[in-house]
Amino acid sequence: MSYIGIIITFVFINNFILTQFLGLCPFIGVSKDVESAVGMGFAVTFVMAMASIASWAIYHYVLVPLDIVFLQTISFILVIAALVQLVELVIQKISPALYKALGIFLPLITTNCAVLGIAIINVRNDYNALESFIAGIAAGLGFLLAILLMSTIRVKLDLEWIPKSFRGIPIAFVTGGLMALAFMAFDNALLNNLLG
Amino acid sequence: MLKEFTKGLIKENPVFIIVLGLCPALGVSTKVINSLGMGAGVIFVLLGSNIFVSLLKDFIPEKVRIPAYIVIIASFVTIVEMVMEAFIPALYDSLGVFVPLIVVNCIILGRAEAFANKNTIQASILDALGMGIGFTLALILIALVREVFGLGTITLFPIGSFSGVIEVPGLVDSPVRVFGLAAGALLVMGFLKALFTWIEDIRRVKQ
Repeated sequence: MSYIGIIITFVFINNFILTQFLGLCPFIGVSKDVESAVGMGFAVTFVMAMASIASWAIYHYVLVPLDIVFLQTISFILVIAALVQLVELVIQKISPALYKALGIFLPLITTNCAVLGIAIINVRNDYNALESFIAGIAAGLGFLLAILLMSTIRVKLDLEWIPKSFRGIPIAFVTGGLMALAFMAFDNALLNNLLG
Repeated sequence: MLKEFTKGLIKENPVFIIVLGLCPALGVSTKVINSLGMGAGVIFVLLGSNIFVSLLKDFIPEKVRIPAYIVIIASFVTIVEMVMEAFIPALYDSLGVFVPLIVVNCIILGRAEAFANKNTIQASILDALGMGIGFTLALILIALVREVFGLGTITLFPIGSFSGVIEVPGLVDSPVRVFGLAAGALLVMGFLKALFTWIEDIRRVKQ
């Protein structure tokens, strides 16, 4: 598949949150205001891109040559946990401003399904290093798009009257459901029309 | 002691009350059988990790406890993956990426951190069983709504001459397909959560 195809697939057609249900916890938990939603979105994108590359390298240079592919889950989650710690340290050293913006979200990302999800999906799709990297960035941007849309809607929802039982999390799910309906417009026909 | 078991079923239900483990809850709940399979996997991993965390709580240094828990959990998930792939490959395929993703199911790490590292083995086992069964019940409830309306069927295990598929008359010919799709999952979850909040409110007023 071409690189543009991968980007469109992961941002719109297979949007991680709205069609694959990966990364729902931060989508519901961290979408109460726009600023933290954007922070979370960029932090996830960054870690997903790094994790795609790192897991690709681990899989092709360690797991396959040693014939221990069954250790995939354990090694990927450890790589991701270590990576998140490393990213936290590096950002703290290089850019305190960025650290202040993203810092509180980084520890949460280790247990974000989306990050381990992209690592496993890359392996299952048999992507090469560059394709994995692009898929990681695209899936992260898809996450950012969904959480940004959600947070702007929730800010507006705060001003509306909502039945008591639906306040908070339930209305967020219903909103997400309607967004998913809208995202159903993006399907493989879009890809065929764009790329021929 | 029995309270540790029953609290996970309804009062502290991991999916509907604490709102954890949402990705697998919505991702696999297109069919009842998938929910049962996912639930069984999570119960096994939760039981294993709670037992080991509770046993090792005095040996694991405070600073590295989270990575240590993750390694314990990932080991049990690998066992589940290998067993499922070998004995029930059809279920393994339909659960797809969500089997390895049991590792990052917040319920499991949450119970290790919030319960098993402070309590005895017996209490941890009961807690794991209660939370695991509560999770499975929640998944079955979501899947029942989605499958009955979205496909018009209820899929269970095939036993003997019973094919494992119950057809709901009236719905099987013209199902409401959106329930089976991503949008339906989110809408069903929203309405079920609202229902649970409503019941909770009524109970609180009565007390």
